[in-house]
Amino acid sequence: MKILKFTLLIYFIFSLNFLYASSEDKRNKITKNLRCLVCQGQSVYDSDSEFANSMKILVEKKLDEGLSEKQIYKYMQIKFGDWILYDPGLSKNTYILWLLPLLIFLFGGAIIYKKLIKKN
Amino acid sequence: MKKKLISISLASIFIIIFFVFYKGLKNTNIYTPDVKINYDIPVFSANLFYLNEEVNSANIFKKDKFYLVNIWSSWCVPCRDEHPILMELKKNSNITVIGINYKDNKKNAQNFLNQLGNPYKKIIVDQKGTLSIEWGAFGVPETFVIYNKKIIKKYIGPLNEESLIEIEKII
Repeated sequence: MKILKFTLLIYFIFSLNFLYASSEDKRNKITKNLRCLVCQGQSVYDSDSEFANSMKILVEKKLDEGLSEKQIYKYMQIKFGDWILYDPGLSKNTYILWLLPLLIFLFGGAIIYKKLIKKN
Repeated sequence: MKKKLISISLASIFIIIFFVFYKGLKNTNIYTPDVKINYDIPVFSANLFYLNEEVNSANIFKKDKFYLVNIWSSWCVPCRDEHPILMELKKNSNITVIGINYKDNKKNAQNFLNQLGNPYKKIIVDQKGTLSIEWGAFGVPETFVIYNKKIIKKYIGPLNEESLIEIEKII
């Protein structure tokens, strides 16, 4: 019985640790996808500027308020526009960004396919 | 005919790519995000600078009234440049000037106001800088014109004579 209690206690402590780590991981993941607007080529996660430090606190606050990753991105997008995101979603402003590589891939594939058919 | 078509399309693709890069490389690499307006002001509660009591945004901003929210700090040099404009706006009864003191030392901020004058009806303290981000600001100074609890105009950087005329036209 004692061993069981001890095992359960250990399990409980480890699960708490896991919870803590996962919220920190989430914060890090989100801040890595947010651009530091006052730095050049740095994410909020990488930067130590005043803006980035405040942003890290705000992301944590929003996570504590129960907002999901997507909701936080949307919130930042409303405030600062698409530029704040390193990985912007599909919207009318990003159609070319997302669809052009696919179109080029299909176009190239069609050329190769036609050439192969001709050869055979 | 087919070969000609391929070479023409290849040449046009090359020309398009050339112009995209030519224009892109000439652009400045200091990017300013879009000035987003017409969104609701954030809902917040924060401490007041002088009274040291907590205040709700709902108690500060009323409907059908113009407000000017200015984010400032005593360590910010451009804030000194725009201060006379804020003092000028203080005289206008159609607008209420509210200050957000960004990541500042209280003593320095007080000296700043004693030296240059206090244009603000209320000053909200933003010690962590998160409130300013919630307003959509990423530096100091930044100024927002508010009507009906919506941001209708945003100024990034210090206000000048031109912005003063613009604001006076709005209100």
